[in-house]
Amino acid sequence: MTSAVVRASAIRKTYGRVVAVDDVSFDVQAGEIFGLIGPNGAGKTTTMECAEGLRRCDGGAISVLGLDPLRDRDTLQQRIGVQLQEAQLQKRITVWEAVSFWSSLYRTSVDGDRLLDQLGLREKRRAWFMTLSGGQKQRLFIALALINDPELVFLDELTTGLDPQARRAIWDLVRGIRQRGKTVFLTTHLMEEAERLCDRVAIIDHGRIVDIGTPAELVRRHCPERTVILETDETAAKPLRTIPQVTSIVVEGTRMTIRGTGDDFVTQIIHGLAEHRIRVADFRTEVPTLEDVFLRLTGHAIRD
Amino acid sequence: MLRGLWRLTWLEIKIFVREPMGVIGTLGVPVGLFVIMSRLLRPGGRGAAPRVPAFVGTDLPIFAALLMATSGVLSLVAVIAIYREGGILKRLRATPVKPHTILTAHVIVKLVFTLATLALMVAAGRRYQIGPNAPLASFALAVLLSTLSVLSLGFLIASVVPTARFASPIASAVLYPMLGLSALFVPIDALPPALQRTAHVLPLTYAVSLLRGIWRGDAWSAHLQDVAALVAAFLILTALSAKVFRWE
Repeated sequence: MTSAVVRASAIRKTYGRVVAVDDVSFDVQAGEIFGLIGPNGAGKTTTMECAEGLRRCDGGAISVLGLDPLRDRDTLQQRIGVQLQEAQLQKRITVWEAVSFWSSLYRTSVDGDRLLDQLGLREKRRAWFMTLSGGQKQRLFIALALINDPELVFLDELTTGLDPQARRAIWDLVRGIRQRGKTVFLTTHLMEEAERLCDRVAIIDHGRIVDIGTPAELVRRHCPERTVILETDETAAKPLRTIPQVTSIVVEGTRMTIRGTGDDFVTQIIHGLAEHRIRVADFRTEVPTLEDVFLRLTGHAIRD
Repeated sequence: MLRGLWRLTWLEIKIFVREPMGVIGTLGVPVGLFVIMSRLLRPGGRGAAPRVPAFVGTDLPIFAALLMATSGVLSLVAVIAIYREGGILKRLRATPVKPHTILTAHVIVKLVFTLATLALMVAAGRRYQIGPNAPLASFALAVLLSTLSVLSLGFLIASVVPTARFASPIASAVLYPMLGLSALFVPIDALPPALQRTAHVLPLTYAVSLLRGIWRGDAWSAHLQDVAALVAAFLILTALSAKVFRWE
């Protein structure tokens, strides 16, 4: 008995001489938000499209909900929801026409009106697709991906091109999908999005998986260093240097940057400050992010 | 997935009529041209020359029918190219809809508008006493068969054009010379030998022969060769495009 809804083992895909996906293995567990993260061209979309049954991989095996995405395509399509990267609809199709056509294609479907309500598209029912804003289009695509009440939802670069406010609204919607007991498999090149949204992530670069884990695990594993920044006078440096977890202290005027490693590094600093009755005007910690993990693991920033 | 087919066809018809330029191009231009030429060339009308009425009575309807077919093809090629470029085809493919359902829906839409255009022309033709005795049902059937055959050529073009920008120019570059070689304007015997051979493999040549014959009142049995050629062209071109069609 396994709870993996997507199981990819050693899948591979080449386009001519270019290897897009190379020996990629991962599991997506039921009920989680799983993110495939990496820069553009890393192989995220290709991997996802192999799982959706839109592409045939050249090697390895992939099973989705226990089915073969290509051989059992018809059965699988009924049980999954898909949002594709940079997809469009007919310019002059109305929101309602799209929703009602899509719901006619599936054996089971949820109430389209309620779905549009939940996604804040009620007022746009009669609007043409071409008149919608970027955020509204993405919400419509989420509606179409959810219309058949799928067990598993694929979201490919869902928030690319959206402003921060629309992005946050979409994140809430995705969390809502998980809350209803569904599994979400998404790709993103935004590390902040992965960090805030995903239960687990797989970092992919040049078609290969570099590491898999929860965002916190990955940060702890690859970027254990922590930084504490204080506003204080420089005499504080001396007693703090005796703390074993501290690796460096840099003083610039009243600003002191203390670097160290270990889970109780911050606790030890607080302890030291209290013990030596050091007065601080400001205390701030900096924790590495997935962005730092990515840089560490691949040697280049994600925006390259 | 027949239900999906009719719903999609109906949806595409509604979407199509929402774009004014598309409707003008498909319905307005052939009908308008037909009316203008009928007015100019009808017996006793301005600009009428002694030999013209024959053209008006027999070949103008054929010309209009072919114009309809070609404008249908041009718009089909453009639509498919735009849908592919915009990822609409791909998005539809990620649903339970069968790929051929999507394409069939578009062909049906074009046939529906071809029939609508034909009906408008017949209505207009009545005013100018063009073909009062022509067998309209048979002619409509011949127009549909010809259109289907030319549409399959459109599909082949749509399957291989790289981007939407090239779709219309390439389709025009293929279709209009075909129209020139179709024996509508110049009898095939009058063409240089090489062009004659070319004309004999182009479906439009058979379409013209069939349409002319049916309009004259020939029996279908007299045009089995034309029908066979058009059906064969349809089957071969459809099979070819199924092989080379790109969804994205």
